[in-house]
Amino acid sequence: MEQKDIKSVIGRETLPKTITVEQGQLQFFAKATGASDKLYWDVEAAKAAGHPAIPAPPTFLMCLDSLCPSKEASILAYLGVDIGKILHGEQRFSYAEPIYAGDEITFTSVVLDAYDKKGGALQFIVSEAQAVNQNGKTVGTMTNTLVIRN
Amino acid sequence: MTAIKYDTLSVGDALPDHVTGPISRANLALYAGASGDHNPIHIDSDFAKKSGMPDVFAHGMLSMAYLAQLITNWVPQTQMREYGVRFTSITPIHATVTCKGKVVEKYEIDGEKRVKIEITAEVDGGVNTLMGDAILALD
Repeated sequence: MEQKDIKSVIGRETLPKTITVEQGQLQFFAKATGASDKLYWDVEAAKAAGHPAIPAPPTFLMCLDSLCPSKEASILAYLGVDIGKILHGEQRFSYAEPIYAGDEITFTSVVLDAYDKKGGALQFIVSEAQAVNQNGKTVGTMTNTLVIRN
Repeated sequence: MTAIKYDTLSVGDALPDHVTGPISRANLALYAGASGDHNPIHIDSDFAKKSGMPDVFAHGMLSMAYLAQLITNWVPQTQMREYGVRFTSITPIHATVTCKGKVVEKYEIDGEKRVKIEITAEVDGGVNTLMGDAILALD
């Protein structure tokens, strides 16, 4: 498939999508990352540390975004990019409210920028996602730069 | 864990290193499932080779999770305000990841005492794989 012009994705917004933060997924993530702090997988330890439930660790917001089914094609699918050519360039989080097991998180995102380097040998897509919980509070913002190796 | 206090910290102070690894193929399979990042380049060596890589390599976000542990081993997560990295090199399979951090700035904003820490992850041989910073609120 012919790749579309990278600039055509600038300003592209995604439809809102919502996912429930599952305790089992948080426990699975704790295991997969070798978390040593019990509060990330033991409900009683989380409560003893003052949390209402197991908290989502600092990078889990991105996982929720990945795990959440979407009704529309991803930007990469739209562009016709082979997943084997993707690298992660940059990732940034800002945190406003904690996220806990049982929360419902709604994501919306927009492509802030897209550009070529090295005569198109490398292409970059910069997206920003907002995450809002079931109470309408923003829990965090993510900025993500993907790199396409052509 | 002794609470880290703003007043007793100085610019240049280091966080205790956090070392994880070596990263196995099983680690990557588990991380793929736990994170929702199912890109086969991290879990299928046939696919990785077809994509021009010598083998599977670790998710950058796995190392970012390790770097987050460096921070949350030091201060509670509720004190994190921002956290960002650049992925500067691929983390090869079987790598041991060493996470390091140091205080680079102390300031007050909106009545909150904050420190900025500079953080890096490196693999065997001292190659930097992630470089970034985090903003933490302290008492």
